[in-house]
Amino acid sequence: MTSLTGTPRVIAGGVALTVLAIACTFLLDPYRNYQLALVAAYLCATAGLTLLIGLTGQLSLGHAALMAAGGYGYALTANALTDAGVEGLPRFILGLIAGVVAAGVIGLLLGLAAARLHGPYLAGVTLALVIALPAFTSVFVGVFRGDQGVQIAYDGVPEALSALIAVEQWQAWVAILVAGITLTLLTLVRNGKAGLRMRAVRDDEVAARLSGIPAGRVKVHAFLVSALGAGAGGAVLCFVTQSVSPGAYTLAFSLLLVVAVVVGGLGSILGAAIGSALIVLLPWLVQTGTGALSLPGELQQRLSGNLPVLVFGALLIVVTAVWPGGIRGALRGRKASGTAASGTTGHSPSEPISTEPLTTEPLTIQPVSTESER
Amino acid sequence: MDQLIFLLATGLARGAIFALFALSLVLIWRAARIVNFAQGAMALVATYVAFAVTGLTGSYFAGLGAAILAGLLVGFAVERGVMRFAPAGQPLAGVIIAIGLVMVLQSALGILFGQQYRPMDAPFDESPILIGGVAILSPYDLFVLIVAVVVMSLLGLLFTRTSLGLQLRASAFAPEVSRLLGVRVSRMLTLGWMLSSAVSALAALLLVPTELGLNPHSTDMLFVYAFTVAVVGGLDSPVGALLGGLAVGILITLVTGFLGSTVAPIAVLALLVCVLLVRPGGVFSTGKVRVA
Repeated sequence: MTSLTGTPRVIAGGVALTVLAIACTFLLDPYRNYQLALVAAYLCATAGLTLLIGLTGQLSLGHAALMAAGGYGYALTANALTDAGVEGLPRFILGLIAGVVAAGVIGLLLGLAAARLHGPYLAGVTLALVIALPAFTSVFVGVFRGDQGVQIAYDGVPEALSALIAVEQWQAWVAILVAGITLTLLTLVRNGKAGLRMRAVRDDEVAARLSGIPAGRVKVHAFLVSALGAGAGGAVLCFVTQSVSPGAYTLAFSLLLVVAVVVGGLGSILGAAIGSALIVLLPWLVQTGTGALSLPGELQQRLSGNLPVLVFGALLIVVTAVWPGGIRGALRGRKASGTAASGTTGHSPSEPISTEPLTTEPLTIQPVSTESER
Repeated sequence: MDQLIFLLATGLARGAIFALFALSLVLIWRAARIVNFAQGAMALVATYVAFAVTGLTGSYFAGLGAAILAGLLVGFAVERGVMRFAPAGQPLAGVIIAIGLVMVLQSALGILFGQQYRPMDAPFDESPILIGGVAILSPYDLFVLIVAVVVMSLLGLLFTRTSLGLQLRASAFAPEVSRLLGVRVSRMLTLGWMLSSAVSALAALLLVPTELGLNPHSTDMLFVYAFTVAVVGGLDSPVGALLGGLAVGILITLVTGFLGSTVAPIAVLALLVCVLLVRPGGVFSTGKVRVA
């Protein structure tokens, strides 16, 4: 039972990294802390997405919609609780739970559809979902407030800490804490039996079925788990930005999440972290860069809106075509590339096949097979 | 009742555009087994070319020709320049590369031309003709329908009556055998991309005058609707694309007319989910395409 001996280690690692990240907030100025909070929020979603795409080979273009579900769940619950006089930590926790549940329900429905669909079909359904999101908020305008979105009450620093830290730092703490818990849980799923089953279904669904793995149920579980992560991310994002609106969860944002997991390295949670940092930092770098060039105003505006997307798109193409392990794969050298992108690399026969461990310790579970020919 | 007739007729014209675009998706799917998510963005590039040519020459039909030519070129460039490098035997890789391509093309257009909507004039009147006091179709809608019918007939003839069409079908159906029999499969693949890209460019050009105008995101909804059409019809079936296109066009126009335009994306999502739950491969799919 590797998962049992592995579990305490994963949890210890999660706690250590979370504490380290919280310690880092003291070194950063408020704006950096705000960016760090965004990275942590995106990370909840991308970590779920990277499991979904990397471990089960199901491509979702609709994770922005799942994040939006988390955000709306959080915002509506938080507002209701504010009206009921509940404040502070209970409000946050109940809101977070509501957000995660809301995303989970939609994820479950999507997963039930996904279990029957092949790659491009599923991608199309999730794409249609994200396109339909603004329509939903406009149709049920009484609840979701249409394009304007839902605003929530300002959540300040708790009094005990208010002398010590600024509000951005507090937000970063909360975001990091939620991301730490989400990531630890996702890592446990990934390293455990469930993750192994997902890989088995991805690599050869027929063989997996023959081995007694209920392939449909595994796919639904994967979608559900990944939706829960997205919901947590959406709730945290709503907590940090104090609002949720359809304009924040466009198709472009959904595609950015895909960029983050592919460029970071499919199936790897460290890759998801690198990817999330990239999608927060690159637009800011481009903005800074074009600002320094003293270009005419209109051109600069066009560049700052479009250049990051251009770079992301180009990265997505290049990484998929020539560097399928992503940044994570490059960090680990050749070993990771075999499993990182569900057979895109096609490991050479002489190489021993191994599951790519998330944390530094190797998994001792042997995979069924990574020969993936559909 | 009058409104219903008008909506049905308009839906038919809109559906013809969806059908045309869906047909282009079916063409690529048959040739390369890729759902080309970049089809909308590629068509948009051609539409910008048409816009420029029409602006320079003042002739709509010069622009139309330019759009088709540009569509062929874009298809060629995308297949030879990008898609060729997609790892083989991996359906997701092609989709992800196509998504990257969408981001590159749309943001490049945004940098070059800005985000504002540029009005595009239709070559014919867009106000509906009255027959017996009932508004039916605008001359432009009629033009759209005629173009769609002509293009589809030509494609049908190409695929079923010419040696080139036979080679195209053969290399899509059994690449190895075709190669042994002397068909240049790789060239056929490129040709398939070019044809498909040109058809989608034409569809986009027909659509833009009926919408807000030309913008780097003008074809987003067209792609989503056409994808729905292609899936509903079964990605493998040109007939499915045609019938699905008309059905979805009418559905969207009716929903927009009676319930408001905001509901249309929800109706499309609902249709897509319902069809896929009943038939995961689409209505006109024949047998099992893949087991796993």
